[in-house]
Amino acid sequence: MKENVIIDLKNISVKFGDNQVLKDLNLYIRDKEFITFLGPSGCGKTTTLRIIAGFIEPDSGEVIFEGKKINGVPPHKRQVNTIFQRYALFPHLNVYENVAFGLRIKKVPEKQIKETVEEMLALVNLKGFNKRNINSLSGGQQQRVAIARALAVKPRVLLLDEPLGALDLKLRKDMQHELKNIQQRLGITFIYVTHDQEEALSMSDTVVVMDSGVIQQIGTPLDIYNEPKNAFVADFIGESNILDGVMLDDCLVEFSGARFECLDKGFAKNEAIDVVVRPEDVDVVESEKGMLKGEVTSVTFKGVHFEIIVDIGGFKWMIQTTDYHPVGSKIGLFIEPDAIHIMKKSEYSGIYGDYSSFSEEFDELSDPEEVEEE
Amino acid sequence: MKIFSKLYTFLVFLFLYAPIIVLIVFSFNSSSSTSMFSGFSLQWYKALFQDEATLTALYNTVILAVVSSVIATVLGTAAAVGIDKLKKGPFRAGVMATTNIPMMNPEIVTGVSMMLLFVFVGKIVGDGAVLGFGTMLIAHVTFSLPYVILNVLPKLHQTDKNLAEAAQDLGCKPVSAFFKVVLPSIMPGVITGMIMAFTLSLDDFIISYFTSGPGFQTLPIAIFSMTKKRVKPDMYALSALIFVSILVLLIIYNIAQQKSEDKSKKKG
Amino acid sequence: MSNRSSLGAKLIAAPYIVWSALFIIAPLIFVVYYSFTTADGSFTFANMAELGKYAPTFLRSIWFGIVATLICLVIAFPLAYFISQKTDKVQRTLVLLVMLPMWMSFLIRTYSWMALLQDTGLINGFLSKFGIDPVHMINTPGAVILGMVYNFLPYMIMPIYSVMAKLDYSMVEACQDLGGNRLTVIRRCIIPMSMPGVVSGITMVFVPSVSTFYISQKLGGGSFDLIGDVIERQFQQSYNYNLGAAISLVLMVLILICMAVMNHFTEDEEGMII
Repeated sequence: MKENVIIDLKNISVKFGDNQVLKDLNLYIRDKEFITFLGPSGCGKTTTLRIIAGFIEPDSGEVIFEGKKINGVPPHKRQVNTIFQRYALFPHLNVYENVAFGLRIKKVPEKQIKETVEEMLALVNLKGFNKRNINSLSGGQQQRVAIARALAVKPRVLLLDEPLGALDLKLRKDMQHELKNIQQRLGITFIYVTHDQEEALSMSDTVVVMDSGVIQQIGTPLDIYNEPKNAFVADFIGESNILDGVMLDDCLVEFSGARFECLDKGFAKNEAIDVVVRPEDVDVVESEKGMLKGEVTSVTFKGVHFEIIVDIGGFKWMIQTTDYHPVGSKIGLFIEPDAIHIMKKSEYSGIYGDYSSFSEEFDELSDPEEVEEE
Repeated sequence: MKIFSKLYTFLVFLFLYAPIIVLIVFSFNSSSSTSMFSGFSLQWYKALFQDEATLTALYNTVILAVVSSVIATVLGTAAAVGIDKLKKGPFRAGVMATTNIPMMNPEIVTGVSMMLLFVFVGKIVGDGAVLGFGTMLIAHVTFSLPYVILNVLPKLHQTDKNLAEAAQDLGCKPVSAFFKVVLPSIMPGVITGMIMAFTLSLDDFIISYFTSGPGFQTLPIAIFSMTKKRVKPDMYALSALIFVSILVLLIIYNIAQQKSEDKSKKKG
Repeated sequence: MSNRSSLGAKLIAAPYIVWSALFIIAPLIFVVYYSFTTADGSFTFANMAELGKYAPTFLRSIWFGIVATLICLVIAFPLAYFISQKTDKVQRTLVLLVMLPMWMSFLIRTYSWMALLQDTGLINGFLSKFGIDPVHMINTPGAVILGMVYNFLPYMIMPIYSVMAKLDYSMVEACQDLGGNRLTVIRRCIIPMSMPGVVSGITMVFVPSVSTFYISQKLGGGSFDLIGDVIERQFQQSYNYNLGAAISLVLMVLILICMAVMNHFTEDEEGMII
């Protein structure tokens, strides 16, 4: 199970004043994997990254790098490098000197510096930018310089702290591909921090979902999406209808006043649970044929599909469908057993509600800047 | 409206420059009168370069300005770096309020208060003549410090907080990270602060007047004792020379700035 | 948690903090101490009691200070506006020209005014060419105020100009767009928006005007004693440090009150000084 481990965090706890930022965090990271810490502002993801980089000492717990404890080793002696949120390029140096910075500190011979810098600038598609002033570069170009600068010192692990947060959507998509490519080409470990779930799902080998200083779930993007462990994960990643339910028996669940077949087993009889149904997994049928019946209260055209809100016994569901159903029409819902996912009750149960006050901007509003320190 | 604004601007500048023009014109006067121009002569310029006392005072002024501005810049930059790291709260507010005192307080009060301190300490150590270069240096550093700090702090605020961390991340020790990365990026503020400290020190009369002793006279103090009686036109000559050299420096600075701006525009 | 090297970075301010305690705070404590002691160090209210006879001087200082500040404001505001309307290059040149006189000894410049203002001075000489009788200017309150305005005018122009130069011009356009004519734009838009500059300009002119001691001696001929002159005399002529300290203390408190009153009307907190 634990092979190829490059970084191992054991029982890490951190407090800033009265604020418990990380609670007994345990996590190992495999060599050469692309792992993402995903969570809302203040969940502790950046703090975890800074602990690995060496900028923060945990109050308790061990940081292990290739089997050796590195607590107390200062940042300049660690084999990890960071891409900072706003790049932290040195404004008084040109592109070439920025990339060469780490090599000069290491007193690498000038000829080799030149080779490495050229190689790195080629890697990030910035050939010929050597003499350019940092302030004359666009955001995307600055980002590339930051990547080249960190990679020039040949780190074992690259830490990326919301590196694409300041870029516009189109550029962000391009950079996502490029980062993934670079990671695969160089074969080094990437630890990526983001609050953007789509980014996390599309780039990572492993996603670590965090909230309030606690890891909520670790898994592949597919696992995280299809098998969320609790209501927090289900709500944070993608759209989901989260309902209270009762597990009547193995593979039989009751919610919204009806019984459904499902695939989940191993719960106690009549155990209260949370049910997740993804909007795209529901089939709309004629009212009489539906397992659940309800009235459409809103319709939004989304291009590939319609997003409709359906009132079922007072609970507003979100359904994605390719057929148009006008507001006020009565429809039925048909849910296949594999579209139902059962979760144990947790501290997050019942706090997300239904889609009655759904606002599309909600995801965009979450603050990209973490105010974890000071 | 255009004409009015031009005329207005001209009149205000005439007001600002009238005494300076008078002073430059009379520095070339062949008599020693400062109200009757009786003919062109360079005699006052000659007299100036033979006037030991004035030249010594000029030398003292420059030495004091150099030493005090260097000390204030080092102390003030260090202070700004430390203050920038302080958490918001009563301690930081207290430090900032104290920093503002020398700027808000009337100069005469600052001068008088320092004189009282020096005289009191002088009495204790039994040195009646404490006032001199040392006390002036302390005074000049003190009134220059706020200007250095308030020029450096905003620059620190503007620099990316992660800059020093990025340097350490790439292998720098914390101290060398400061000198390699943070200092260069706040340099414009440090230099502006230093220039302000230097010019304030050159120019200062009021605070110097209360903290100087007979052993060490600066130019403003020499001029003051002269204006009590009668100012010889060689002082005018000196002022004219100072005026012209500052004018030249400013023009050079202006051209240099213009050039660097054009350059960055082209690149951007 | 411990954030690496932040303690060291904070300690770097320590020398300054010690310095400011010794040379900013301690001297002010000495002002208070001397104010309430006699020459041999025993406690007394006598210095304060003696201040009553300087009340007219205090009043004159404040009055002259207010007048000089208002004149500076009236002169500086239009000038700052005109400068801010020019092209960048011209602006920079004009700003340098405003600051240039400040680099020359103010003693010499003030002295030079004497040559201009004297009864037989340059201005009267100029006027007599047009057959105008000499005007008595030197040694009048007007001359003293002129000296203040002359010396401190740049301190009013600079802060107002720097606020105006940064004004977003689209706000002025928005004001015109909403139907404001030229006068309304100035009254409703430019003046309120340049208030921060005006406030710091007022402080920067008022404080040195109230406390000046040289200008009044030279241009007022000694007949319009200001509070600065009284303080100077206690320290440099009569060597009555205790009385001098008491007057300084009151001057400081008066100025603090004046500024507090003004800040109360403008409700702006920090960062207005430069």
